[in-house]
Amino acid sequence: MRGKRVTFPGMAVPAILLAPQLAVTFVFFVWPAIQSLRSALFRQDAFGMSEEFVFLDNFIKLFAEPDYGQAFGLTLFFALATTVLSMGLALLFAVLADGVVKGAAIYKSLLTWPYAVAPAIAGVLWWFLFNPTIGIFSRALAAIGIDWNHHLNSGQALALVIIASAWKQLSYNFLFFLAGLQTIPKSLLEAAALDGADGFVRFRKIVLPLLMPTTFFLIVTNLVYAFCDTFAVIHATTGGGPGTATTTLIFKIYRDGFESLDLGGSAAQSVILMLLVGTLTIIQFRYIERNIHY
Amino acid sequence: MKSLLSYTALVAGLSTLSPAFAQTEVQFWHAMAGEMGQRVEKLASDFNASQKDFKVVAVYKGTYPEVMTGAIAAFRAKQPPHIVQVFEVGTATMMSAKGAIYPVHELMKEQSAPFDATAYLPAVSGYYSDVKGNMLSFPFNSSTPILYYNKDLFKKAGLDPEAAPKTFADLEAYAKKLQAAGVPCGFTTEWPSYMQFENFSAYHNQPISTKENGLAGLDAELKLNGPVQVKHLQNLVDWQKTKVFDYGGRGDSSKPKFFSGECAMTVSSAAARLGIVTNMKAEVGMALLPYYADVQGAPQNSIIGGASLWVLRGQKPADYKGVAQFFAYLSKPEVQAWWHQETGYLPITTASYELSRSQGFYDRNPGTDVAVKEINLNPPTENSKGLRLGNFVQIRAVIEEEIENALQGKKTPQQALDAAVTRGNELLRQFQKSNS
Amino acid sequence: MSSTRFRIVASHAALIIGTALMILPVYMAFVASTHDLSRSLTGLPLWPGAHLIDNYGQVLGEGMRSYGLPPIGPMLFNSFVVALAITFGKIAVSILSGFAITYFQFPFRILAFWIIFATMMLPVEVRILPTYEVVAGFGMLDSYTGLSLPLIASATATFLFRQVFMTVPDELTEAARIDGAGPWRFLWWILIPMSRTNIAALFVITFIYGWNQYLWPLLMTKDVSYYTVIMGIQRMARASDFQPQWHLVMATVILALLPPVIVVAAMQKQFVKGLFETEK
Repeated sequence: MRGKRVTFPGMAVPAILLAPQLAVTFVFFVWPAIQSLRSALFRQDAFGMSEEFVFLDNFIKLFAEPDYGQAFGLTLFFALATTVLSMGLALLFAVLADGVVKGAAIYKSLLTWPYAVAPAIAGVLWWFLFNPTIGIFSRALAAIGIDWNHHLNSGQALALVIIASAWKQLSYNFLFFLAGLQTIPKSLLEAAALDGADGFVRFRKIVLPLLMPTTFFLIVTNLVYAFCDTFAVIHATTGGGPGTATTTLIFKIYRDGFESLDLGGSAAQSVILMLLVGTLTIIQFRYIERNIHY
Repeated sequence: MKSLLSYTALVAGLSTLSPAFAQTEVQFWHAMAGEMGQRVEKLASDFNASQKDFKVVAVYKGTYPEVMTGAIAAFRAKQPPHIVQVFEVGTATMMSAKGAIYPVHELMKEQSAPFDATAYLPAVSGYYSDVKGNMLSFPFNSSTPILYYNKDLFKKAGLDPEAAPKTFADLEAYAKKLQAAGVPCGFTTEWPSYMQFENFSAYHNQPISTKENGLAGLDAELKLNGPVQVKHLQNLVDWQKTKVFDYGGRGDSSKPKFFSGECAMTVSSAAARLGIVTNMKAEVGMALLPYYADVQGAPQNSIIGGASLWVLRGQKPADYKGVAQFFAYLSKPEVQAWWHQETGYLPITTASYELSRSQGFYDRNPGTDVAVKEINLNPPTENSKGLRLGNFVQIRAVIEEEIENALQGKKTPQQALDAAVTRGNELLRQFQKSNS
Repeated sequence: MSSTRFRIVASHAALIIGTALMILPVYMAFVASTHDLSRSLTGLPLWPGAHLIDNYGQVLGEGMRSYGLPPIGPMLFNSFVVALAITFGKIAVSILSGFAITYFQFPFRILAFWIIFATMMLPVEVRILPTYEVVAGFGMLDSYTGLSLPLIASATATFLFRQVFMTVPDELTEAARIDGAGPWRFLWWILIPMSRTNIAALFVITFIYGWNQYLWPLLMTKDVSYYTVIMGIQRMARASDFQPQWHLVMATVILALLPPVIVVAAMQKQFVKGLFETEK
């Protein structure tokens, strides 16, 4: 990791500057994280009255479960689908909103503010919209002959959690794409238009390459979001079912650890998720480092 | 930043200064959201008004799993609440935490509070007692599933609104008549595992697991894949195809199906009565659960669900006198009767049932005594005393996953229940290892 | 010419449909908040009903009492205090540490960086129980400090500031050093003013993050006077064995949405700029 070429001398000042961040990180993050990761190697009762070192037992048990491999594959699919849907629509809306003159401000603010909805509330809203009996969407679907019951139909359940999760993240992506688009010099596009390139060619040849850094950043952010921050939505809409059709890794961690108090098993799952997310974050960071020219 | 912190420290300091008189506080953490929460708080404030030494503070701490996890975290941080409300699936975990819990029978004896465990209905006290019959937690809100039916739709289909279906054969016949009259679905259910498999087994005198459904030891093994349960699942799968039965999801997410009149009948908690009666325009009837007439011993009796109050150790010894007094207060017939009538939970002592009856409550509110009749239908057998299995939150999820696999046609009923038993037994062995 | 026209019409059509679908969930919450309960239970129409004043009157008035909740005013106030404390705390510690790792050469610089970096990798649900023990040990349960302090460490914000600082021309630093300005003055008079828009962007993200917290405040508090509005909504909606009063829940949802929506709307311009303005 690089620093500045021109720097300030001294040790005391940076130490003071870093102290608050490091103190908070150590006390409220590193220490508790070590505690919970440590429990991946133990078998413990919920109250912490007794524990037994079991080494890698928790991991072995995990991989012996046929469901775990399935949850892994499901999570990858879910994360990819959520990312593609959310980013694709966000890019489309951003390009369109950037291109129109009338009403642009209204579109922009209306597309932005679902960002403010809390995950805990988003789950409740989607529960309402797709409720097989009273939901507005399921009634609309029934009108065109689709019998919607995500409690019974795995495909529909998966579609529901993907749509709801993508919705929650769409505003965020939209903002980033919009900001990215606004850094593209208009003169460049006008020059291309004069050369006879039509809208789609301009988009593919100029806009898309210039948006690449944004896109890359968002891909990683969205994947991490789908891996880590979607349990509230799944919890409120499908509860992981039907069967295990929507039991993703983070949902399983939450259910096994927080609800069932299987601390060892849930910690082992966390370690694996952490490796996954950590790898993604490091890739992202490396990429940002390489692509920003100072 | 600094000034903000010091300001908040000041505010926090002030707020700890104010209640500085000689009352001892007893923390009572519960999961009763909505208006139920207000009733819990009224129990506490009435108790507080009845004496001067103790102040019970009722605190809502989220859903059942959130309350339990929160209390355990607080215990591990050495700041436990005195009383915590734990749902029935957490009973095994609490019971195994020997040094952490203060068993109610010991508490009442050591604090010399008046307490008579035999005052409780056997179907209730058995659930929360150890093998020797000592009550470990204090029964609080107990419920049991019953059948609700929409009388208006019954009339529309030419059925007698006062005659509910008794057996599953009746249920199927009624459902078909209702469907012929334009009702989209016959019946649905809430809490699929709890109502259609756990309670169903008890009601048909079939074991859910060995060792008296786990009451008699941690080495229990699931038995949910018996022929009666497989046959029931097969029927549900078949009925799903024609919507004689329509699956509405886990927990109580199927409620709108009954509320909107899409399904004419539902199996739901007896405690849901108030919500159903006040919010439905149609007239609603309540009846005993249906059963298969050809199963010997059916109908047996249903088992309870809900939650009980556990006392945690780790607080000042003097505080526990207050806990004991609060429990003694809660045991009073008039308090129990009030709680039962206001919430729809079961009257859990014989005296409160008698009191409610003499007050004319059941005559004024027809159907409210169905649940009591149902849990007392017959003296409980070892299959119908209760249910106490470790890791049961996960096991219940496994059972529901497998039911859903069967309903989707991914597995046959036999395969699905076999898988539920195999996966569930692994979880049971795991629990046994960490708690012995 | 007509193809351009067609393109404009098509753009608007797509935007209108997209926007409508995006706000539909929130709109339906609003619709539910203007009908009585039975409409929510049997299927809502697409248009608002006649109970708007009734429902909001109940929520703003005595309605919360029947859920054992404090009135909505104090809950909103708590949400504000917590969200703002997290926001200011996070921005302050991140500016300082971002400054340290970009403008100084010192041993363990890389180590410090990785320690901060690690906070990105572990979801909060995983470490919430041990964190609780730490906070309880400090006696910070039931306090604004306990509600906000553990949430102010942030790798993302630190990186954002580092990124911004990296684009500040070195000539500025050199000039400042020639003028005899020390690091503190440089930070205060040059860097912070230059990062105004980035701070604004971070303000929006962090405010919403703080406002929307649920699991942490729920574990942390046992005194209702510290309830936040999101906790209040959950308490109204997640009733066991009781029919949630959806019309009132949704009215509260709408009220609880107003402050963060206002923050997003008011700061949208700076937000968009601040995320990207790295070219000075």
